[in-house]
Amino acid sequence: MPGPTGLIIWFLGTAFELLFVVCSLARNSFLRYFFLNLYLLLSTTVSIGRFFILWNYGVRSDEYMYFYYYSDALLTLALFVALISLYSHVLGELRAGEYLKWGAVFLLLGTAGFSYAVVAQSADRLSTNFAYELSQNLYFVGLVLTYILWGAVLKLHETRTRVVQIILSLGLYFSAYAASYALMNFSEKYSLIRYLSPALGCFLPLSWSLTILRYSEESRLAPARLVAVPR
Amino acid sequence: MMAALIFVASLATLGMFFVSYCRSLMASSSRHPLSAEVRDVTGIRTLASAGDYRRVTQLLQLCPDRQEDRNELKAVNMYHSFLTAIRRMFSWIVPSLRSWSEHEQAGCAYFAAVALDRRIAHNREMLAQQDDL
Repeated sequence: MPGPTGLIIWFLGTAFELLFVVCSLARNSFLRYFFLNLYLLLSTTVSIGRFFILWNYGVRSDEYMYFYYYSDALLTLALFVALISLYSHVLGELRAGEYLKWGAVFLLLGTAGFSYAVVAQSADRLSTNFAYELSQNLYFVGLVLTYILWGAVLKLHETRTRVVQIILSLGLYFSAYAASYALMNFSEKYSLIRYLSPALGCFLPLSWSLTILRYSEESRLAPARLVAVPR
Repeated sequence: MMAALIFVASLATLGMFFVSYCRSLMASSSRHPLSAEVRDVTGIRTLASAGDYRRVTQLLQLCPDRQEDRNELKAVNMYHSFLTAIRRMFSWIVPSLRSWSEHEQAGCAYFAAVALDRRIAHNREMLAQQDDL
C-alpha cells in the first residue's frame, strides 16, 4: 500500500475528478465538454478499481500490475480523445470535423503500430509491454498535439476563456508530466519525485473545475493578451 | 542523455504554457476599471507599474480573504516571482527582457489591484448584510 502522503494525493485526485463532473453538470456544460467528462469519469472509476485491487491483492500482485497497465493505456486513450474533442472546439468553425476524425484515427494507429514495433522483440509479457509503451507514446503525442492546438488558438484568435484555459491547463499538465517522467529517470530514489506525477494528476481536474466554475461559456478574452511577446 | 533532452524540452514548454496561463488569468481582469478608492489607496492612476505589486499585495493581506480569487492570486504571485528570477538571471544576456518582465509585472500589479477592489466590495456587501440582520 502507498504511504499516507500517497493515499492523500490519490484520494484528492479522485475527489477533484468527480468535482469537475459535478461542476459541469451544475453549470450545464456536461454535454458541451462531454469527452473531458468521460475521461474524468473513467479516471474516477479506474482509481476506485485500482484501490480495491490494491487492497485485496497487494501492490506486487499480477492482478494489480495487469489492471494498472491496461487501465493506464485506456485512460491515455480517453485523454487523447478528449484532446481531439478540444481540437473540434477550436476548429469547429472551419468545418474540418471529417479531416480531424481521420487524422486522429491515423495518428492513433500510427502510435499503436510504432509501440508494437518497439515491443515486438520481447516475447514475454508482450501485451503488458505494449500497453505501457502505447501509454508513454500517446503522452508524448499528446504533448505535441497540445502545443499545436495552442498555436491554432493563437492563430485563429480564439476568444472563449473556458476553451483557452482548459487547453492551457492541459499543456501545463502534459509538459509537467513529461518533465517529472524525465526527472524520475535521473533519480527515482528521492521520494519527492515519486509523488510528483500523482500530484500533477490532481492539478488537471482541479484547474478544469475552477475554469468551469469561474467562467461562463460567454466569457471572452482578448487574444492579443495571451501572446507573451506582442507581434 | 535522452532523459536530459526530454527534461529540458518539457521545461521549456512548461514555461511557455505557464506564462500563457498566467496571462490568460490576468487578461480576464484587465478590462475591470479600478474604483476611485482603490486608485487612491494603491496610487495606481490608469496604468500600474512593476513597483506597485509589493504594495498592492501588502494591502491584500490586510483585507479579509476571499476564497474565489485565492488560487488565481497564488498563480499570479508565482508568475511574478518567476519574472523576477528570469530578469535577474538573463537580463544581462538579453537586455530587452528587463522591459518585458517589468511590463508583465505591471500586469500582475493591476491584477492584484482588481482583486483588492473585489475584496473590498465583497466585504462591504457582507457588512451590509450583517447590518440588515
